[in-house]
Amino acid sequence: MSRDTVISIRGLKNSFGEQVIHEGLDLDVRRGEILGVVGGSGTGKSVLMRSIIGLQTPSAGEIDVLGENMIGREEDEAKNIRRRWGVLFQAGALFSTLTVAENVEVPIREYFPFIKEDLLDEIASFKIAMSGLPANAGPKYPAELSGGMKKRAGLARALALDPELLFLDEPTAGLDPIGAAGFDELIMQLQKRLELTVFLITHDLDTLYAICDRVAVLADRKVIAIGTIPELLALDHPWIQEYFNGPRGRAAALGHEEQAAHD
Amino acid sequence: MAAQSTTAEATPGQHVYRCVGSITIARAASTQREIDALPDPLTLDLSGVQKMDTVGAWVIYRTVRDRGARVVGGGATVEALLKQVAEADSPTQIRPEEPSSALRILREIGEWVAEAGQTLVGLVGFLGAVLVSFATIIRWPKRFRLNAVIQRFDLVGVRALGIIGLMSFLIGIVIGQQGAVQLRQFGAEVYTINLVGRITLRELGPLMTAIMVAGRSGSAFAAQIGTMKLTEEVDAMRTIGVSPIEALVVPRMLAAVIMMPLLSFYSMIVTLIGGGIYVWVDLGIPPLTYIERLQEVVPIRDLWVGLVKAPVFGFIIALAGCFQGMMVEGDSEQVGIRTTAAVVQAIFLVIVVDAVFAVFFSQVGWI
Repeated sequence: MSRDTVISIRGLKNSFGEQVIHEGLDLDVRRGEILGVVGGSGTGKSVLMRSIIGLQTPSAGEIDVLGENMIGREEDEAKNIRRRWGVLFQAGALFSTLTVAENVEVPIREYFPFIKEDLLDEIASFKIAMSGLPANAGPKYPAELSGGMKKRAGLARALALDPELLFLDEPTAGLDPIGAAGFDELIMQLQKRLELTVFLITHDLDTLYAICDRVAVLADRKVIAIGTIPELLALDHPWIQEYFNGPRGRAAALGHEEQAAHD
Repeated sequence: MAAQSTTAEATPGQHVYRCVGSITIARAASTQREIDALPDPLTLDLSGVQKMDTVGAWVIYRTVRDRGARVVGGGATVEALLKQVAEADSPTQIRPEEPSSALRILREIGEWVAEAGQTLVGLVGFLGAVLVSFATIIRWPKRFRLNAVIQRFDLVGVRALGIIGLMSFLIGIVIGQQGAVQLRQFGAEVYTINLVGRITLRELGPLMTAIMVAGRSGSAFAAQIGTMKLTEEVDAMRTIGVSPIEALVVPRMLAAVIMMPLLSFYSMIVTLIGGGIYVWVDLGIPPLTYIERLQEVVPIRDLWVGLVKAPVFGFIIALAGCFQGMMVEGDSEQVGIRTTAAVVQAIFLVIVVDAVFAVFFSQVGWI
C-alpha cells in the first residue's frame, strides 16, 4: 500500500444469511481526495462504510485504513485509529441527552481527558462555528434542531479531533437545495483547509459534480467503476449511463457547467 | 512525532515560548499548561512547528487574544490555520442556563402540576374517544378488525401463559408455606387451605395477573404506539382516513379486557395447585382432601369477586398503555419515559381500584 492510499480494500465480502451484499470488492481511496460513492438502493453503500469503520465484520477480505489492518483487531488497538477519523451518520446520530456543544466535547473528553474545561469549551465553540452553526446552537438539545442543523452539529462532532479521514453518509439527504449547496460548500472548504480525505456516500448528483474528485460506482456486489465523472461517462455500463445521463444527471451536469462558466 | 517546547529569555523582560515539532490536539493540554506558566509579555515562536491542527492553532490564537502575545516565525500554513480559527471565534454556551435552585423547585412544582392537569384532561378526552370508537364499531360492525384483535389475544393472552403460570405456582407455594409457618404456632395449620383458597380467588389471582400484564403488555402497548407516533405511522393512518383509535387502541383494549379474566382464572388455578402441592408435601394433606376442603371453605362468591375485577384491571392497563403511547412526541427518549409512565400508572390505578372494590364488596356483604 502506497503512502498516498488512505483506505485500501481487497476482496471484501459481506453477507447477511443467504443474501450476499458484496463479493470480491476492491477499492482504494487516495490521500486528500473527496471520493463519492454512488449506487442504487440496496447495493450496500452504507454496509461498505460500516465495514471500513469496523461496525460490521465482513465475511472475507482485507481492509486497511491509514496503513493499519482493520479486520480482527482488538478494541484497544482500534482506538488509535478511531482517533484519526470522523464519521457523520445519516441522521446525525447526536447523543440526545447532551447539548450540541457537549456532543462535540464527547470525543475530546474521551481521548484527551487532560484538556482543561475552559479550553475544552472554547474548542467546542470554534468547532461549532466552523461547521456553520450559529453560536446560540451550542446549548440546544438535538431535539430542538432542524434536520440541516443536526447534520452540521454531527459534522462538528466528526471534526472534533481534527481527523485526517472523514466519512459522510448522505450528508445532503433531506436538506433543501439551498441548505444542500451550503453543506457542499462547507465540506469542500473544510477539506481544502484541513487537508481531509473524504469518503462520501451520496445520492445527490449536484454534490457529485460540485465537490467530488472521483466517484466510485457500486453495483453487482462490487465497485464496477471508479474515476472522475467524465471518465465514468466514457464507460458503457447501462446503470452508469442511466445515472449520469438521466434527466436529473443532465440537469446537474448543466448546473455544474453554468457554475464553472460563472466562476 | 516527538515534540519539545523550550523557553528562553531573549531580551530582558521578554519571554519567548518556542514551539518545536507538532502542536496538535494531542499536545494541547501540555502546551497550554506551559504557556500558562510563563509571565507576560510573551512571544510565541512558531518557526519550528512542523505539524499543526485547528486545536493547536486555537491554543496559539487564544494566547494572542487573551494575553496580547506576539507570534513570530509561522509559515504560510500556520498563518492560514490561525486565520481560520480566528474566523470561527464566536463563543457559545455549552449548556442551557439553569435558574437558581429555589426558582427551579418552584418551576418544577408548577410544571408538575400543569402536567398532571394536562394528563388528566388528556386521559378523559382519550377515554371519550375510545368510547366513541367502540360505539362506532357497534353501529357499523364491519369496521371491527377481527384479525388485529385475534393477534392481540395471542400476544396478550396465550403468550403470557408461561410466565403467569410460573409466577402463580411459586406464589401458591409461598402463601402455603408462610401460612403454615404462622398458623402452626396456634396449631391451626389446617386453616392454611382457607388462607390459600380465599386470598387467591379474591385478591392475588387478579392482582398479580394485572401486574404481570401491565409489565408485559401495557408497556408493549405504549412502546408500539409511541414508536408508530414517532415514525409518523399514526399520522399516515389519519391522512388515509383510518382512525388510529379504532385500528390501534380498540383491539388492544378488547384484548386486555377479555384476556384479563381468563388469565386471572388460569392464575388462580395454578396458584391453588402450587398451594396444594405445598400442603401435601409439608402438612401431609392429600390432593383429594385438599380439593374437598377448598369446596367447603371457599364460597363460590370469592371467585366472582376476583373475576369481576379482572376486566376492569385489563381496561385500566390498556387505557394507560395506549394513552401514554399516543402522548409520545418529539424524540425516541420520550418512548422510554412514556412506557415507564404507562406501567407505573397502570399498576397504581389497579391498586387504587382494587381498594375501592374491597370497600364496595364488604359494604354489599360479599365478605
